[in-house]
Amino acid sequence: MAETADARHMYLSSYQQFEKSDAGRRHPWLRQLREDAVTRFERLGFPTTHDEGWRHTNVAPISKVRFRPAAHEFDGLTAPELGSFTFGDDDSCRLVFINGAYSGELSTASALPPGTHVKNLAAALETERALLEPHLARLASSEANPFVALNTAFLSDGAFVYIPPGTILDQVLHLVFLSSSRGEASVSHPRNLVLVGDDCQASIVESYGGLDHGVYFTNTVTEVVLGSNALLDHYKLQRESEDSYHVGTLQVLQERSSRLYSHSISLGGALVRNDLNTVMNGEGCDCTLNGLYVTRGRQLVDNHTCIDHARPHCDSRELYKGILDDQSRGVFSGKILVRKDAQKTSARQTNKNLLLSEEALANTTPELQIFADDVKCTHGATIGHLDEEELFYTRSRGIGAEAARTLLTYAFASDILGSVKFKPIQCQIDLVLLTRLSRGRN
Amino acid sequence: MLEIRNLHARVEGGEILHGIDLSVKPGEVHAIMGPNGSGKSTLAKVLAGREGYQVTEGAVLFDGKDLLSMLPEDRAREGLFLGFQYPIEIPGVSNMYFLKTALNEIRKHRGQPELDAMDFLVLAREKMKMVEMDESLINRSVNEGFSGGEKKRNEIFQMAVLEPRLAILDETDSGLDIDALRVVSQGINALRREDRAMVLVTHYQRLLNYVVPDRVHVMIDGQIVRSGGKEFALELEEKGYVWLEEAEKARSY
Repeated sequence: MAETADARHMYLSSYQQFEKSDAGRRHPWLRQLREDAVTRFERLGFPTTHDEGWRHTNVAPISKVRFRPAAHEFDGLTAPELGSFTFGDDDSCRLVFINGAYSGELSTASALPPGTHVKNLAAALETERALLEPHLARLASSEANPFVALNTAFLSDGAFVYIPPGTILDQVLHLVFLSSSRGEASVSHPRNLVLVGDDCQASIVESYGGLDHGVYFTNTVTEVVLGSNALLDHYKLQRESEDSYHVGTLQVLQERSSRLYSHSISLGGALVRNDLNTVMNGEGCDCTLNGLYVTRGRQLVDNHTCIDHARPHCDSRELYKGILDDQSRGVFSGKILVRKDAQKTSARQTNKNLLLSEEALANTTPELQIFADDVKCTHGATIGHLDEEELFYTRSRGIGAEAARTLLTYAFASDILGSVKFKPIQCQIDLVLLTRLSRGRN
Repeated sequence: MLEIRNLHARVEGGEILHGIDLSVKPGEVHAIMGPNGSGKSTLAKVLAGREGYQVTEGAVLFDGKDLLSMLPEDRAREGLFLGFQYPIEIPGVSNMYFLKTALNEIRKHRGQPELDAMDFLVLAREKMKMVEMDESLINRSVNEGFSGGEKKRNEIFQMAVLEPRLAILDETDSGLDIDALRVVSQGINALRREDRAMVLVTHYQRLLNYVVPDRVHVMIDGQIVRSGGKEFALELEEKGYVWLEEAEKARSY
């Protein structure tokens, strides 16, 4: 407990310094947001396993380490080195952030439709205040999650995406967040705001990667507003160092008849916590939440999702799959809230876990809160090992034991990969996963 | 080609095979018949190397090599093929990828160059025609959602592609309607060669109307109790297994 208080104190004093120097201090409204958030964080502190929502995930490894604010200057990276984190998408629109700070040199901007903004938040704070002020830090709740409070307190840079109504974006927007500790435990707080107008169609990828194998902590928040009848394909690909820590919230507000396709892939990190919350705030909304977590060693990946069926006639489908090796752990908690007047709701939730070792562990908790009476909600969870019959069948055809295991493990993830519509991303995830699976076993 | 000598095997504590002797030469087709629970399928699984089946006594030589010491994948690479009684569904792995991977493993073992996707597809199409298999099945997950007949055709199709030297077909005829039985039998007959042997494990005689065996063996309670030529199968069809079981009981008293 004392350690936690210490860590809290450390963030508070680091906040004092940040507030004195960050450019954002010139905007009183932003200062107010940050002040409120830091006060909230001071009151809440880091969550403990006594807090509902954190029962299976002890964040002591994060609160114990004295992470320093990450150095913003990083000149060690060249465009080719960046290649392994991109999708060969040099024609596309890409924003690159190193330790939370925007790198103009590494970013590429293709021609965007008129009125569309894809830029870093620090710049947008200066020029697009009218667009972002009504939404920034209004969606993700600092009260519900101390890490969101911490992120908001240190809100300084990240991605800002604005897509005006009626725009169909052909190219994928790629947001790349890279961390480097350079031998010193460091923390960054990327903050993203994505505003998708009515009748728009867009695809956004958030990639999180590490430039070295050091200890760093990425505490990220992305807020998304999906206008009426808008469609968003959102991908989060997390493959940071296995000594790093990652806590992220994706908070989505869906207006009438909007569609959200979310794909969350977690491969890296010593301790990873993803919160994904969507509020279906209009009739006829639809969301598909697909997730894949692949862990080994002593990794812990925790996915918490919350789908708020606030209005009638909304559909949600959720499929999260975990592949857990060694002594690693996967946590899944899926909350589905069907409010009183959300009649004709259809919600389906599935969590499947494949254990590759005897010591790997999966915790799965469905949480259905249903206050309407005319709804269709189902949920199911499985935890199991590779099927012996499938293994034998595969080997009996001449495929070696290790190759058979890799093939069947990969097959377990295939429906998640198959749901990735954008081919270059699918190929990239395929490649990373196959390398990981064939290297992960010996 | 296959020499089984005094094979004893147990599963989950109980001995199922009580001393099997069988010799199969290249080019021959043998049928192993017998009532349910006589150990026919156990024999097939032991030969293919299924885990959980423990050989307690005896030996099996495949082309003079000790089959029982080989891993299942090595048995396949050496040219042994087991047609499953209940082919396994593997969601998420396409038939095409599965079989191409298997074929290339076997080709590597034989010192042949691997086939690329295009060459494989040409080969696969040709073999699929042989078993009148719907081409769309090649892109589906292995056996997933296949009908009983489609699964059995898929087994014969796999055999046709992998070109084993010894095929053990476990109840390949069970659950087939008469048209599917005809097609599957044609496939098996087309694959008969003088350097390839086949062992048909079957409960019923009807497969043997289409695939005429050289030798017929009856297995009862984990032993081969009687063997004969192709006409023996007809005798069994007429008289059933009971007279043999009774004779066997009488003998053991």
